[in-house]
Amino acid sequence: MILRLAWRNLWRHSRRSWLTIGAIAFATLLLIFMITLQLGSYDMMINNNLQLFTGHFQVQAPGYLKKPQMRNTLAQPQQLAAQIRAINGVEDIGIRAKGFALIASEQRTYGAEVVGVETANETKLSTIPSLIKTGRFLSDDNAQELIIGEVLARNLKVTVGDELTLLGSGHDGSIAAAVLPIVGIFKSGEPGLDRNLIEMPLKSFQEIFSMHDKAHIIVGIVENLDNLETILTQIRSTLLTDKQVVLDWDTLVPGLMQLIEADFINSWFLYICLVLIVTFSILNTFLMAVLERTREFGVMLALGAKPFLIAKLVILESLLLTLLGLAIGMIIGISIVLYFYIHGFSYPGMEELGAEFGITGKVTPELSLLAISLGPLVILAFTMLASIYPALRIRLLKPVDAMKSV
Amino acid sequence: MQKNPVICRKLSKTFQQGEVKIPALVDVDLEIPKGDFVCLSGPSGSGKTTLLNLISGLDNPTSGEIELDGQRIDQMNQSSLAEIRLYKIGFVFQSYNLIPVLTAQENVEFVMQLQGIDSKVRAKKARHILKEVGLEGLEKRRPGDLSGGQQQRVAIARAIVSKPSLILADEPTANLDSHTAESLMELLQSMNSEHGITLLFSTHDQLVMSYSKRLIKLHDGRIASDEKL
Repeated sequence: MILRLAWRNLWRHSRRSWLTIGAIAFATLLLIFMITLQLGSYDMMINNNLQLFTGHFQVQAPGYLKKPQMRNTLAQPQQLAAQIRAINGVEDIGIRAKGFALIASEQRTYGAEVVGVETANETKLSTIPSLIKTGRFLSDDNAQELIIGEVLARNLKVTVGDELTLLGSGHDGSIAAAVLPIVGIFKSGEPGLDRNLIEMPLKSFQEIFSMHDKAHIIVGIVENLDNLETILTQIRSTLLTDKQVVLDWDTLVPGLMQLIEADFINSWFLYICLVLIVTFSILNTFLMAVLERTREFGVMLALGAKPFLIAKLVILESLLLTLLGLAIGMIIGISIVLYFYIHGFSYPGMEELGAEFGITGKVTPELSLLAISLGPLVILAFTMLASIYPALRIRLLKPVDAMKSV
Repeated sequence: MQKNPVICRKLSKTFQQGEVKIPALVDVDLEIPKGDFVCLSGPSGSGKTTLLNLISGLDNPTSGEIELDGQRIDQMNQSSLAEIRLYKIGFVFQSYNLIPVLTAQENVEFVMQLQGIDSKVRAKKARHILKEVGLEGLEKRRPGDLSGGQQQRVAIARAIVSKPSLILADEPTANLDSHTAESLMELLQSMNSEHGITLLFSTHDQLVMSYSKRLIKLHDGRIASDEKL
C-alpha cells in the first residue's frame, strides 16, 4: 500500500510532478548525449591523431625522442620488428627512418622532414596513404619517388610529376642528395605534417642517407588500446636491450592526453553545475510536497505510523519521480545517441578542430554502458540526496504540532 | 479484574508562550471504566483537546501519570507511544482527516496495514466494517467524492476496525449538520453498546452529550463537574 500511496501522491499535483519529471528527463538526456559524444570524440581524437602518423607505440634508440639525430639508430630493425609482430595483440608493425633535408623545387627551397617508410606496412599504420589528394601513394620499397604534404607543395609551387632536389646529411656524415619525382600530394588536416613532411620508400631513403639496413623508429599499432600497457611491458621485458626503448602514445604526443584531461575536467564541472541546478529545483518540489502535507503526516503519526514509514514514503515518492524522469530521459537520450551513432555528429567549428587534431570525419558517440549510465546515475544519486532532507524533517514532526498545520 | 482503560492521576500540562506559562490542565484525576461513553465539555480553552492529546499519547504531560490498559504511558518514548496508538486507540477527528489519495476502503485498511495484517484479511474486515457504518457500495470512492457525513463514517470505520480499547473523538460532529450528526451518534452508540468500545469525546454539541453516559465539564484546566447521565 505504501507504493500505491506514493504513486497516487505523485499525481496530486500532476502539473508540478510533470514539470519535475521534465526537468529530470531533460537533464538526463542532455547528460547522456553530452557524455557519449564527449567520450566518442576523445576516442576519435586519439585514434585519428595516432592513426594519422604516430601509431600507438614506437621503438626508438634511447634519447631519440628528445634529440632525433641521424646517427642515433636502431640496429637490425627488421629482426626486432618481426619479433614484436609475433606478440599477441599487436596488429601491425612498420619501420621508418627519418632525416631532415633542404628541399628545392625550381622556384623555392624549404627545410622539411623526410621519412622513409615500408610502403606495404605504412598503409596499415598510417592514414596518410589514404589521404592522397592528388596522384598516388608510394609504389614499392625500392621506388625512387616521394609524396609531399599539400602546404609544402604549395609553398614549393610544385605538383605531381615535378621533381624535387633533396640535400641533407647522411648517416655516415656524408652528403645525402637526390632528385626525386613527386607521385602524390597528401592533405592530412594536421598543419605540421602538411607543411613539413615528405615520405619516400624506406630502401630508397636508406640508400640516399647511407643508412644500410638501419632505421630510427619501429611504429606499431595494437588491436585494443586497453591492452597497450601489457603489450609494452612484454616488449620491454623480453625483446629490448639497453639500446632500444619503447614509448607509448601518451609519451609520444603528450599534449593530446593533457588536452583530453583538461577538457574532461572542464566538462564535468559543467555537468555537475547542471545536475546541481536540477537537484535544487527537485529539492524545492520535494520540500513543498512535504510541507503542504504536514497535517496529513501528523494524522498518520497519530494513527500509529512511525516517522520512519513516512520518511520511507517521501523517499519512495522522490524515487518514483526520479525514475520516471530518468526513464523518459534515457529513452529519448539513447534514441538520439543511436541516431548519431548511425549517422555521426558534426560540431559547428569541427573543421578547425579537425585541422588541429587530424579529425576529418564526424564524431560517433560512444555507445557503452558506462557512457550511457554515468549521467543518469549521477542524477539519481543527487536527487536521492535531495530527498533525504525532506525525509529527515519528518523525524522532527510531533503529531500534535503537525496536525495543527494547515 | 478488568483494568480501567484510562486512569489519570494529578495530570497537568503547562504550555510556554514566550515568557508566559499557560496552564492548560491542572491536577486532573480521572478514571474511565471499560465500555463507558464519556463526553468532555467546556468552553474553548478549558483543556478538552489537551486532555485528549495526553490520553492518546500525542503529547506529553508536564506532570502526573496516565495509565492506558494498565500501562504507564506518560514516560514512554515516541516509538512506544506510536505502538500504543496503533493497537489501543482509535481516533475520530473534527475534520475527518482521511488520506485523500486513498479510497474509503484503503483508508480503513491503512491502520491494519500498519499493524501488519494480511491484505486479504484487511480487505474483508474493511468491507465488513464499512457495511456496518452504512457505506456499502462506496468502498472505492475517495474522500473527495464523499459527503462530510460519509467521510466521518469512514473515519469511524477506520477508528473501530482494529477493535481498540478506546476511541477518542475531538468534536466529531462539529462539521456536520444535525441530521447527519444524529445518525452518526446512533452509530457510535450502537458500537458502544454492541462491541463494548470505550468512547471519550470532546464536544460543545448538546446532541452528542445527550447520547453519552457520563458528562465531564472542564473549566480552566480543571474538572468542574463529573456526572452520570
